[in-house]
Amino acid sequence: MSVQQISVFLENKPGTLKKMTGVLAAHSIDMRATSLAETKDFGIARLIVDDALSAVNTLKENNFIASLTPVLAIEIPDEAGGLDKLLVVFDEAAVNIEYMYAFSGGKDANHAYMIFRVADTKAAEAKLTSKGVKILSQEDIANI
Amino acid sequence: MEQRYFQPEIECAPYEKIREIQSEKLIKQVKHVWDNVPYYRKKMEAKGVTPDDIKSVDDLYKLPFLSKADLREAYPYGLLGKPLKDCVRIQSTSGTTGKRVVAFYTQHDIDLWEDCCARAIVAAGGTNEDVCQVSYGYGLFTGGPGLNGGSHKVGCLTIPTSSGNTDRQIMFIKDLSATILCCTPSYAAYLGERMTEMGYGPDDIPLKAGIFGAEAWSQEMRESIEKTMGIKAYDIYGLTELSGPGVAFECCAQNGMHINEDHFIAEIIDPDTEEVLPEGSQGELVFTAVDKEAFPMIRYRTRDICRLTREKCSCGRTHVKMAKPMGRSDDMLIIRGVNVFPSQIETVLLNNGYAANYQIVVDRVNNTDTLDVQVEMTPEMFTDNVGEVEERQKKLVEGLKSMLGIKAKVSLLAPKSITRSEGKAVRVIDRRKI
Repeated sequence: MSVQQISVFLENKPGTLKKMTGVLAAHSIDMRATSLAETKDFGIARLIVDDALSAVNTLKENNFIASLTPVLAIEIPDEAGGLDKLLVVFDEAAVNIEYMYAFSGGKDANHAYMIFRVADTKAAEAKLTSKGVKILSQEDIANI
Repeated sequence: MEQRYFQPEIECAPYEKIREIQSEKLIKQVKHVWDNVPYYRKKMEAKGVTPDDIKSVDDLYKLPFLSKADLREAYPYGLLGKPLKDCVRIQSTSGTTGKRVVAFYTQHDIDLWEDCCARAIVAAGGTNEDVCQVSYGYGLFTGGPGLNGGSHKVGCLTIPTSSGNTDRQIMFIKDLSATILCCTPSYAAYLGERMTEMGYGPDDIPLKAGIFGAEAWSQEMRESIEKTMGIKAYDIYGLTELSGPGVAFECCAQNGMHINEDHFIAEIIDPDTEEVLPEGSQGELVFTAVDKEAFPMIRYRTRDICRLTREKCSCGRTHVKMAKPMGRSDDMLIIRGVNVFPSQIETVLLNNGYAANYQIVVDRVNNTDTLDVQVEMTPEMFTDNVGEVEERQKKLVEGLKSMLGIKAKVSLLAPKSITRSEGKAVRVIDRRKI
């Protein structure tokens, strides 16, 4: 089960990120994870929240361009070598990663969570699951 | 579709008949101006022309030109052709370029202007069964009063909303089933955008036609407006100096605007040598208003660059057609020595999938002109993939380069960051201090 990530277009000028977090704050939207991809001319903020659909609509209503992108969320032990072990499986399954970011915390302090964007989410999910990797669902995220 | 005309005997008159009317009116008009407008009489005397030299339209070239500079110099009464007691109205330009024009009208002038607008409305399919919403500004601006008068002459139920208050505009269109919308194309695009946001598709909008003018717009923008609202969008052309909208208008063929030649004689000249160019040439449009009493413009230089054609039109009208002006010579930007029209930039943007929400910022950095095309990001053009968004941006830069011949920077802006216009859109910001 993949997770829906929100991707938000940000104009490259001071204050645009703050404008977005302001909207999220005003609507009490709690971010589980976030990352920012930037180029010379614009940025894309990527967010993982509990209710992606309602958050994306809120952003659109506030004149942001936002879309949903399926990503894979995977739990790993928060210890040295934790990510490396997981990437061995990616390697074996020949899954190419477009981008990745991490978050930790939640109720379980012993775990970290990785978000992966891959070209073919469904195929990657099948390959990784067959090798024993547990892919988190949207509910799992909400329960972290 | 059955062709309808407001004044068929004039609109479909044979060419010879039109020339006959023009010659007769021109002779009379030149006498009128000679007798009543000392400012123009002096110009004629300086050129050694008298009314006796004007025997037909063929002699038009002998007359001196009028330009915006003359209007400024003669402001406010210097070009008045009738005593003020015979005038019933003034209209004025927005003065956005710093040159306010005040034009005077007798009742006769108002009548002929409204006739011209009525011809445009009928050409767009209007009848007395239509509901015509006029969302051009009312007041000094000619857009509202002109189309309002034309709409009355056709017998449409007229909704004089004027511009602004967008949600109320849409409420009237929906509640009173407006079938014809008159406004600037940028405001039409904004109304369409708002209707989509409100969840109205083309089938929910009762409009069938739009008459959009007072600023330059591209074919691509026309297609986008037509699709959003499910209408046919027609162009209309005019200048306050000549009366207002309705000097020329588009018919169902949608490939050029018929000039109301019985009132306005058109010429194309070379803007540098002032020589009259043959039919089909691109050059500056010059008009002679042969019927207007209070503000009788003779050989008025419009600064609009376009072409004329007498090719037979499928609509049955015989009046000469002008192509959509590719720009005004005073809208034209000279960037690094290259002529750039905002309409060219708009074409590239729309061809590349962006909307017509853009601004052109010109500056001079280290003695070199810079061109920054700022366009709003749209949901359709956005993806989570940075490389893909950059690729699209690069394609746009290449498209601009091939259209303009110079390199432009493209900035992607947040949606709704460019102020929406209810009248003429501000497209160009020129920060150069020369």
